[in-house]
Amino acid sequence: MKRMGFLSWALWFGYAFLYVPIALLIVYSFNESRLVTVWSGFSTKWYGELIHNDTLLDAALLSFQVAAVSATLSVLLGTCAGLALVRFGRFRGRTLFGGMITAPLVMPEVITGLSLLLLFVAMEQWLGWPDGRGITTITIAHTTFTMSYVAVVIQSRLAGMDGSLEEAAMDLGARPAKVFFVITLPLIAPALVAGWLLAFTLSLDDVVVASFVSGPGSTTLPMVIFSSVKFGISPQINALATLMVLVVATGIFVASIVMTRQERQRKRDEQMAIQNG
Amino acid sequence: MRTVVSILVSGLSRIGLWGRGVVVAIPYLWLMLFFLVPFLIVFGISFSESIIAQPPYSSLVEWLTDEDAGTSKLQVLLNISNYFRLGGDDLYILAYLNSLRIAAVTTLLCLAIGYPMAYAIAKSEPSRRGPLMMLVILPFWTSFLIRIYAWIGILKGNGVISNLLEWTGITSGPVEILYSDWAVYIGMTYCYLPFMVLPLYSTLEKMDPSLLEAAADLGSRPFKSFLSITLPLSLPGIVAGSLLVFIPAVGEFVTPELLGGPDTLMIGRVLWNEFFANRDWPVASAVAIALLLVLVVPIMIFQHVQGKQAEAGR
Amino acid sequence: MAGQPIRKPTRLEPWQDAGQTPYVRIEKVTKTFGDFVAVDEVSLSIYRNEFFALLGGSGSGKTTLLRMLAGFEQPTEGKIFIDGVDMAGIPPYERPVNMMFQSYALFPHMTVEQNVAFGLKQDGVAKAEIRDRVAEMLGMVQLSAFGKRRPHQLSGGQRQRVALARSLVKRPKLLLLDEPLGALDKKLRERTQFELVNIQEKLGVTFIVVTHDQEEAMTMSSRIAVMNHGVIAQVGTPTEIYEYPHNRFVAEFIGSINMFDGRVVSTDGDQVIVASEEAGCELLIAHATPAPAGSPVSVAIRPEKIALSKDPVAEGAPSGDGRNRTTGIVREIAYLGDVSIYLVQLPTGKTVRVTAPNVTRRTEMPITWEDEVTLTWRPFAGVVLTQ
Repeated sequence: MKRMGFLSWALWFGYAFLYVPIALLIVYSFNESRLVTVWSGFSTKWYGELIHNDTLLDAALLSFQVAAVSATLSVLLGTCAGLALVRFGRFRGRTLFGGMITAPLVMPEVITGLSLLLLFVAMEQWLGWPDGRGITTITIAHTTFTMSYVAVVIQSRLAGMDGSLEEAAMDLGARPAKVFFVITLPLIAPALVAGWLLAFTLSLDDVVVASFVSGPGSTTLPMVIFSSVKFGISPQINALATLMVLVVATGIFVASIVMTRQERQRKRDEQMAIQNG
Repeated sequence: MRTVVSILVSGLSRIGLWGRGVVVAIPYLWLMLFFLVPFLIVFGISFSESIIAQPPYSSLVEWLTDEDAGTSKLQVLLNISNYFRLGGDDLYILAYLNSLRIAAVTTLLCLAIGYPMAYAIAKSEPSRRGPLMMLVILPFWTSFLIRIYAWIGILKGNGVISNLLEWTGITSGPVEILYSDWAVYIGMTYCYLPFMVLPLYSTLEKMDPSLLEAAADLGSRPFKSFLSITLPLSLPGIVAGSLLVFIPAVGEFVTPELLGGPDTLMIGRVLWNEFFANRDWPVASAVAIALLLVLVVPIMIFQHVQGKQAEAGR
Repeated sequence: MAGQPIRKPTRLEPWQDAGQTPYVRIEKVTKTFGDFVAVDEVSLSIYRNEFFALLGGSGSGKTTLLRMLAGFEQPTEGKIFIDGVDMAGIPPYERPVNMMFQSYALFPHMTVEQNVAFGLKQDGVAKAEIRDRVAEMLGMVQLSAFGKRRPHQLSGGQRQRVALARSLVKRPKLLLLDEPLGALDKKLRERTQFELVNIQEKLGVTFIVVTHDQEEAMTMSSRIAVMNHGVIAQVGTPTEIYEYPHNRFVAEFIGSINMFDGRVVSTDGDQVIVASEEAGCELLIAHATPAPAGSPVSVAIRPEKIALSKDPVAEGAPSGDGRNRTTGIVREIAYLGDVSIYLVQLPTGKTVRVTAPNVTRRTEMPITWEDEVTLTWRPFAGVVLTQ
């Protein structure tokens, strides 16, 4: 019993560690004072200023575009990669392929950023493309490092799926491509959604890689936040953070309610099936 | 929509086995071009010389044409002085050692906080595990920058901790934790904690609880059982989680830049400064290659662990 | 051993009729995975309307053989013909074969009806016809009321029947079943065995069943191929396999059996006399394959073919010459209700297993522990197995 006590203390400490900073961030976004740490009354004026900050809004728009496109691309590429790794058995160069999928998961961002920039510079020199750096290069860079995450998510979903489902479809006369679209794809759909959201978040969160491969006029939201944070704290950032946390929390909350409900329904169905057996 | 899909299906159906090749080839080529080739370029440029030009490095390979003799030859210039600079200058060596130390401390802190959390969640009722894990991962979905930013307000002089200490009378004046190694430890632990808890939880959750019952039945006390059964069995999770924290932490840039002091030297910052402030691309490349060399062994262990997990999941 | 469901007697079984062409012909098929030989030069002929069982333990190669028939694996060597057509290079979706999977492999995102209709849709069958045929199939497996349900809303037995309906709806000439009853509990399994046989006879489909359960194979099939380490140990009807095992592996794999090692003393026509020190007597075997005198053999005798008696000269003593007769001491008795198992130790140390029906009530049992008993058996009880 004593040990359970220690464990629940540890658990609560861990959650406090994770959430107290975020809670404080939200509280101070409603602080009237410019001095973030001194409470001087409730106000929503920083939200008002935020709405009129064009630099921030432009950057946010750019970031959303990049994140949406690169998340979509990485789902396409990551699905192919996950499929190849789980379903195609051994093929030539599989080891190298597997390595190139897992390495970006832990690769320090400065290395990824620098190497991609040097590639783009070299390509521009030799091929004349990409012409300068901007939204295209950021999108390519983000796709490259987020597709690994997507591939891993899809890989684990595919590995957990009963392979005989696909064989059964083939046995009943469906060709491989049809099997993929009619059986595999609907069954891994949750992983596709999760992978897309993950890639979107990672892209929206990246400052280091984007700093390397962006060009003039293509400043992403994290780059703007980074430079303003470097110059000290600003209540506007608190307001922005609050909005972001709100959006994420709502999304996750809704998703988890839907999932719990489905799970409960499923359990009830199974119970009934056993009783009717 | 339905017709588009069916056209796609019938079109792709005809491709058959050839389609398998395409499915592998597309991500393969993408990763070759945007992941593998860039490393070779970094490696190449690390041997060039910094010059004032666009791009700011000398090319390694040149065709020299001798007009008089009417001959031409290929000249390859390998400049290893960048690496000598790394080895000769204390700044770089110190930065490397510092990075390894900070990453190691971060990993240990994550393990110290994350292991009990993962263990407690894995031990809780099955219906509560999902939501509890969700709460661990949730902060990860909010911006990483914002989370670092939150700590600035807490750690700075006149910040939350400082005010709290003053108010309780533990200290008499403001305390500045920000811009120190400790701020970096806290910030990095905060950011990387979910990466530690996740693999730990998944190995602990898979563990058969009857193993502990069997141990207890054979006369082992709970703490002894933990040391002799749970801990060894969760080792793969510890290794995976530690690598997932340690490797990116060594090359971390944002946290030391925002929370660390000017003397919090980390290799990621050095690389950044060489590249952006000094515009010395060759030295930045050499720093990157040296960083990769430090990380090659941990990365290979990580890939081995990942591969084994993928096998086991099958 | 459970009895066979009564099969209508046919004039001549197809495998005995030289004029019949086999529906499935497997010719010297070998399958290797790396260094591992899963199937080793297997040849088999299976005829129309057969209920054929591939019986073996795990790793015997039975499932690999089935997957090669379905087209999921390609033979490393050898050929497979189905209805006279060489199957080499023909993908699963173009074979006239359907399969019922061990896990049932029901598509979780489709209803029962959609699952059953899937195969017909692939062939472009008209919608109205699909509806009729699905309804007919569901009726046959008594699931008409469950068409709109999803697989997770069904019990194990219902899922098994959906899987069966789905694999039969395309009216394949050949159905492959991978451990079709493996996931069901014992009671349900017994009932389903008979259902499967009825459906097979009604539709006239050739069934090839993979199973590790000998009782299941004996109950359902017309013929059994016993597999061991990728090789076929014996092919035959359940009776042949049980009564006339060709080798030690088959004898010991199916049911339980007593083995006496010895040497051939003499052969007279199909009568063989074997001297066995282990048995403590000479063994006379009728209808045996002749073997040269002096050659080492094993004699296999089923436990239920041995009579047990406390009286040394009592009932059915077949020959007065001391053959097929030995004595021992009862060491263990296991009472199973309908029969009892006796373990009798011979003076040579050999333990013999004898089963006897409990004709009388147990309370009045004449034979008990440590009794000295006489074991006797008839000349056609034993089978001679050469090494």
